[in-house]
Amino acid sequence: MAQRVVIDPLTRIEGHLRIELETGSKKIEKAWSETTQFRGIETIIAGRDPRDAWAFAQRICGVCTSVHAVASIVAVENAIGSNPPEQARLIRDMVMASQNIQDHVIHFYHLHALDWVNVPSAATADPQKAVDFAKAIGSTWKGNTLARMTEVRDTVKGILASGQLSIFTGGYWDHPDYRLPPEANLMAVAHYLDALEFQRSMIRIATVFGGKNPHPNFLVGGMACTIDPSHSESINEVQLDQIKQWIAESSEFVSACYVPDAMAIMGVYKDYFDIGAAQPNYLAVGMAGATYAGDPASSRLTSPYNEVKPGAIYDGDLGTVHPFDPTKIAEWVSSAWYTYEEGDIGLTPDKGETSPHYTGPKPPYEWLADGKEYTWSKAPRYDGRVVQVGPVARVILGYAQGHPATKKLVDDACKKLGIRVAQLNSTAGRTLARALECALIADILSQNTFPTFVKNIVGGDIDVFDASRWEPSSWPGQSSGFSLVEVPRGFLSHWVTIEKGKVARYQAVVPTTWLGGGRDADGKQGPYEESLAGNGKHPLVDPAQPLEPLRTIHSFDPCMSCAVHVLDPDGSDLAVVAS
Amino acid sequence: MTYQPEGWQEPTLAANLARAGVKRRDFLAFCGSLAAVFAMGGTAAAGAPPASAEEIADKLGAVTKPNVVWLQLQECTGCMESTLRSGGTTVEEIVLSLLSVNYNELVMAAAGDAANKALDDLNAQEHLLVVNGSVPVKENGAYCVIGGKSAEQVLRESAENAVAILAVGACAVWGSVQASNPNPTGAVGVDQIIKDKPVINVSGCPPIGEVITATVAYVLGHNGALPQTDAEGRPLFAYDQRIHDSCPRRPHFDAGQYVRTFDDTGARSGWCLYEVGCKGPSTFSPCPIFQWNLHTSWPIGAGHPCIGCTEKHFFDRFTPFYRTLPDVTGLGIESTAEKVGWGLVGATVAGVGLHAGLTAVRQAGSRGSAAAAGPLQAFGDSEREWKPQSPDATDGDSAPAATTSTGTLPGAAPTSGTDSTPPVAPPDAMTSGDGEGKAE
Repeated sequence: MAQRVVIDPLTRIEGHLRIELETGSKKIEKAWSETTQFRGIETIIAGRDPRDAWAFAQRICGVCTSVHAVASIVAVENAIGSNPPEQARLIRDMVMASQNIQDHVIHFYHLHALDWVNVPSAATADPQKAVDFAKAIGSTWKGNTLARMTEVRDTVKGILASGQLSIFTGGYWDHPDYRLPPEANLMAVAHYLDALEFQRSMIRIATVFGGKNPHPNFLVGGMACTIDPSHSESINEVQLDQIKQWIAESSEFVSACYVPDAMAIMGVYKDYFDIGAAQPNYLAVGMAGATYAGDPASSRLTSPYNEVKPGAIYDGDLGTVHPFDPTKIAEWVSSAWYTYEEGDIGLTPDKGETSPHYTGPKPPYEWLADGKEYTWSKAPRYDGRVVQVGPVARVILGYAQGHPATKKLVDDACKKLGIRVAQLNSTAGRTLARALECALIADILSQNTFPTFVKNIVGGDIDVFDASRWEPSSWPGQSSGFSLVEVPRGFLSHWVTIEKGKVARYQAVVPTTWLGGGRDADGKQGPYEESLAGNGKHPLVDPAQPLEPLRTIHSFDPCMSCAVHVLDPDGSDLAVVAS
Repeated sequence: MTYQPEGWQEPTLAANLARAGVKRRDFLAFCGSLAAVFAMGGTAAAGAPPASAEEIADKLGAVTKPNVVWLQLQECTGCMESTLRSGGTTVEEIVLSLLSVNYNELVMAAAGDAANKALDDLNAQEHLLVVNGSVPVKENGAYCVIGGKSAEQVLRESAENAVAILAVGACAVWGSVQASNPNPTGAVGVDQIIKDKPVINVSGCPPIGEVITATVAYVLGHNGALPQTDAEGRPLFAYDQRIHDSCPRRPHFDAGQYVRTFDDTGARSGWCLYEVGCKGPSTFSPCPIFQWNLHTSWPIGAGHPCIGCTEKHFFDRFTPFYRTLPDVTGLGIESTAEKVGWGLVGATVAGVGLHAGLTAVRQAGSRGSAAAAGPLQAFGDSEREWKPQSPDATDGDSAPAATTSTGTLPGAAPTSGTDSTPPVAPPDAMTSGDGEGKAE
């Protein structure tokens, strides 16, 4: 007899996600992914100045800060024909790279690690053994000292002794499937704390150019910050020296701490490379940070990874990379609380409608999945298929295209862990892929993007703004544009239509919608649902302590605020522009 | 499932001391010495009857770390990310040392039923309530549902036993982006829902991390007293100046040196951004003073005009963002400044109790008027007439147990960076007094 299990709130993610399960015999039988928040940002953008759109779109998410802003700006630039200077593009690339690194680090240590690391166990560890453990797994992090491990051990002890566990309250600490020895737990808790300090420091790269973080500032047509080696109020040698140092710190943290930790911990939970597979279809427009203004066939590539092209992989066949075609994106509302004018047909985002139509129970409620509709997230499909996006999709796409750096990283990791590349489609695989990608990003930032930026300055290239299309009088009467961007959680696209100087239509198709959406018209499950219930083998030993499904859902790094967007709440014709 | 820690096995300090072999007699002797301190300290000065050793022992014995419920309602998590970036009181100190943050969705270990249990347990006790995010009221709240409950229900339940509420971020304060026209979900700020409690409005999209954590630290470091606020409920320590007042580009404004278009010579020279739409003249925020991300830069410092994100309904009132403020003096700025200056600064100084043994203030703090809740009575329960303070008298007679006094409340840690006495954590306070008996 199946037992119903609800996980709500699903914590350590951005936003509000509810998972409902039916389970029996310690396995998950059915799963529903339910987004329970809706804000309506795109509606709010409609009718406004397109040059302001980024500030609204950016507030889709404060975790994915910067990336929505860049996606919005690039879509608007694509629509109005603005071509930001090379240096402005490089600044955006650097800001996005720093956010990618910071985001992956925060995800691994602060949002995901507690699924694998037992905090109270760290109090019983021998600090010297923790230092030895770190050395044994190849972690060369400077924080691996006896003094630091002792300090952290005592901190954990103190928290436990106080009787108030603070954020560790209610963890499933006596779950039988916590497997790390105490010294590994202690090392991981120490690195959890070190990562908090690290993320605070390295995000300053974004602050230099954008003025603040979260929600740094951007500008249609370029960047607002200026570069001038001979002015104190511009980006000059002082900031360049600082950035160089922060990039070096980033590379060190990722290679000395994050990657070895991810390898070691996933190695201990090696069976999770066979748990949590979703559909083996992958979609990406390049490696992390890849940015297109419009169709990749005709628009300029702004990624530093020129060798990896946009593409899709079907059914796990790495031998065939299908060229990417943006017209193959469509969204269904079969299981979502929206209606389409012409019924539940897949709508492409340039024609997308999003009319909220809540049919669920009045809160408070106990169970949502009895209804056909159960989520605020639509179900995007590519070429009619459910696809995975995100680090795992990017790494697999790069691997399939023979990208040398990706191939070497993946092959080395697989060999060390004794897994096949196909096993990256799993709970542990997504987590590993994210760490490997982070190493790639740190490398490209330090070896390519930043040096190119500096070299250009030395060559006298200091322009960061294209003023020619700033005034609305220089725009076409009607135009539309879109952007395709690879952001931490996966493939993101923003779509805009501009009429008479105002936004007439705005839509975003975001990574977590691709992954966390519900069933489509054919009943096909989204990746979250498939990863939990797809093959009927996902473990759930104790429904009162759903640790295993948490591990799997967290491996996607859910971002629910991003997942929900609306174009048109009143069903009105958005071609009619508010004055 | 609740983890049972070793060492601290009883619910209260007194019970743990007893378990550790500390005799009631010794505990009372220690509390007697505390009573002497309090008799000389702010409590007595403020007119409250000095507490007896017996009373102190009863109250102190029940002390725990201040419990915090940190909600995330309809929002984007930017405020939590900003909190993570704070270089003042760090998030590590907040969650590990100063407070017991048993509920926060972004960082807590628990999920689902275990998380809801943590919240219910906390809601049943006195706690500090921090809220990120707005409350959508349309469609019976179906636009933001957490644990099966609407955001409004979650907020109301957590506010019930909250001794103070910090509304952190533009969404919690005024609804922010989702509340801007046409506000499809009916989003409102916290103080539109909770009207019978003092609410401190830490505005900004997001607020500077240091301002968020400093507001928490202020409450702890000032013995539970809330900071003085302006007419909008914003703490004056962060929001008493317009960006324009402290802007390093202000001399260029006065000299008529303006950026005319982005990346022009004026932009590279750091001239004033007023003509490309800067909202600094209308925005109360400490951005130029504290700056962002470990003092690395700030929006105007990085060449972008201020978009006014600490101000009410800025997404509607200040857009288009790149349009010049039509007439700076014509916006009533000076009269606003005047109002904020002397008329109302002392308005909302509400005392709160953060500990089980302390008296919680149940009266409402009436924002924007001279009426306010009574100050904290350190260990007593007596009601007392409250007089509004003058702006420069935060630690005056009417403020109980001033920060410089040794009579700091047990468990009330000092504000980072102040010169007050060292922190006195409850177990240490106990053991330092009687010289024996560790809580551990």
